[in-house]
Amino acid sequence: MSTEVREVTPRAEPARPRPISSKATGSDAVFVKGTRTVAATVLVITGGIGVFLASQSIPTLRHYGWSFFTETQWAPETDTIGIAAVLVGTFTVALVAMSIAFPLSLATALYISEFAPPRVRSTLVSMVDLMAAVPSIIYGLWGFFLLQPHASAVARFLHANLGWIPIFDVDADADAAQWEQTRYTASAFIAGLAVAMMVMPMASSVMREVFSSAPLGEREGALALGSTRWGVIRSVVLPFGRGGIIGGTMLGLGRALGETIAVLIIVSPRFDLKFKPLEIGTNTVSALIAGRFGEASVAQLSALLTAGFVLFCLTLLINTLAAIVVSRSRSGAGTDI
Amino acid sequence: MATDLELTGTTAVPTRQTSSTPELRTFVVARRDPTPGPDRTVRRRVASTTPADRLASAACIVSALALAWLTCFRLLPWGTPLAFVLTSFVCYLVIVTTVTHIVAPGPAVADRLATSIITGGAIVVGIALVSTVVFTFVRGFPALIHPNMWVDDMAGVGPRDPLTKGGVAHAIVGSVIEISIAILVTVPLALGTAVYMVEVGGRFARIVRTVVEAMTALPSIIAGLFIYTVFILLLGVPRSGFAAALALSVMMLPIIARAADVVLRVVSSGLREASLALGASRWRTVWHVVLPTARPGLATALILGVSRAVGETSPVLLTSGAASFFVFNPFVGVMNSLPLFVFSTVRTGEELYVQRGFAGASILLLLVLILFVVTRLLARPRRGR
Repeated sequence: MSTEVREVTPRAEPARPRPISSKATGSDAVFVKGTRTVAATVLVITGGIGVFLASQSIPTLRHYGWSFFTETQWAPETDTIGIAAVLVGTFTVALVAMSIAFPLSLATALYISEFAPPRVRSTLVSMVDLMAAVPSIIYGLWGFFLLQPHASAVARFLHANLGWIPIFDVDADADAAQWEQTRYTASAFIAGLAVAMMVMPMASSVMREVFSSAPLGEREGALALGSTRWGVIRSVVLPFGRGGIIGGTMLGLGRALGETIAVLIIVSPRFDLKFKPLEIGTNTVSALIAGRFGEASVAQLSALLTAGFVLFCLTLLINTLAAIVVSRSRSGAGTDI
Repeated sequence: MATDLELTGTTAVPTRQTSSTPELRTFVVARRDPTPGPDRTVRRRVASTTPADRLASAACIVSALALAWLTCFRLLPWGTPLAFVLTSFVCYLVIVTTVTHIVAPGPAVADRLATSIITGGAIVVGIALVSTVVFTFVRGFPALIHPNMWVDDMAGVGPRDPLTKGGVAHAIVGSVIEISIAILVTVPLALGTAVYMVEVGGRFARIVRTVVEAMTALPSIIAGLFIYTVFILLLGVPRSGFAAALALSVMMLPIIARAADVVLRVVSSGLREASLALGASRWRTVWHVVLPTARPGLATALILGVSRAVGETSPVLLTSGAASFFVFNPFVGVMNSLPLFVFSTVRTGEELYVQRGFAGASILLLLVLILFVVTRLLARPRRGR
């Protein structure tokens, strides 16, 4: 018997890795494609509005050029159309609203997060949420029927005592024996009060959320060093919540710019380029659209759409900035405002 | 270590190591006296007020009210309740600062002043909210006590007819129909988009998310103007409840999609992975695991969007027209709704119409309050977790 050495090539197939694919198959593929279709539909609908507004603006801007932004009158019969007056009016109402809503929402947020007894805190939070849910037309009625008499008295007081400051000026005699109440009504000031009620809960809840997430260790540290409650707020809560304060205020401003119905109920429409919030008569972009859409021809409608597009760009810009500010202030947490 | 601070009194430390002696050994400290000392039974209360404090703040309020009364009604011609309230608040701030300055050092003065201002601001906001709700119901009450207000429409009711004729039921019906259509259109689209953005993800999902978030900034009047231009003028659809429902859908869609996106994102990924590991398809995972987990949050998102849309006047103003009679078919002819009814009646300026408008506003507010309470009840289980 002998041993023989043979060379035989092995028959086995070389081991090859199993093909792995993350591609969805079967019902998973249907799921992915189905939801993608829905998302694409929503993208087309929502994006379509923006594209439509932009495309409608092109002929208007080509026709009127820069005068669309500098002309104050909205007189389609003489072909002079511009949004200078309504833009100024929009910002006047929004600034009045924010100058009232900012201190009040800051105070409310601080009160709920720092001062309120823990037992009633959740009730107060729901009350602020309820305030955000009240329809804007109800704030319009409140401003028009309940607030207007008192607010016009305040306006007259401001005019009589601080009338030398340009923004408190009214084209009327402040010291007249029979004061001209109609000059002080239907103004940007009163519309701003009603709009302030709408934006306050929004700004306040953003601020409160940020305040209540101020680090506990720093609060306790400040207290341990002997600071008062206000000391804790000033040295810990406010610096920590600065992003929330700015972001919440800007979100409120974005809402205030687009508010329609409360302004439409309260103000009497004027097209003067002026910055006298206490005096009768102003107009905003959205109130202009609501007031003029019915009698508009196709060309005027595209001008109204252009005005709407400008307004939308402004609110979009402000909301985006606000979202960035708020998300930065939370050090990486999501922007779920 | 932070835990060292908590090792006091009754939580005795049984063993201790001494490092100063050369031979290291462990020994047990015998606690001879287990009863806590007197300094542990009487805890100092840090957040209480002394009787002197309470007396001082009561005296401040009384003297501020008296001073404000003197100023407003005797010295200066400001005899209005608003001026009285404002003056007493200013007087209170001045008096509180002065009184605290007498008995306490600087930081306490600043603290007291800031507390007063912040509490005052919060009270103003509370008064504003309560006055809004109460005022609406009080002005609507004279009309609401007539039962016909709840069941009749305004067909054939003239401006001089008393409140026993006509009602707002047609507006309620219109609101309900428009909102129902808007929900039917919005919910599948918004939910599908949110599921896509969270479950599938990717570059396209980021684009969708960016656009949806941008569109939450869309002022509601522009949503109405869009539907008015595209559907009513370009496509020739007449003004109807359906057009109004579409305008409301366009307004609600980004709001609900974004809120649902936020809610779905916080569903724990462990649940998702467990379901997939058991062999469930992605569709079954979403349907049986993700959506049920997020149900309270999704309901909240929906109802927040609905309560926003039900009170929105401007899109409806542009698209639905206003009927004064019952309309049950949203596709044919004009249709009324609660906010539009309130707006149009109040704009007439006729006293009886304004009262009817306030009745409509009260019902609208009641509707929003009910939706709000439902939201709270649905959101509750999520808070307990």
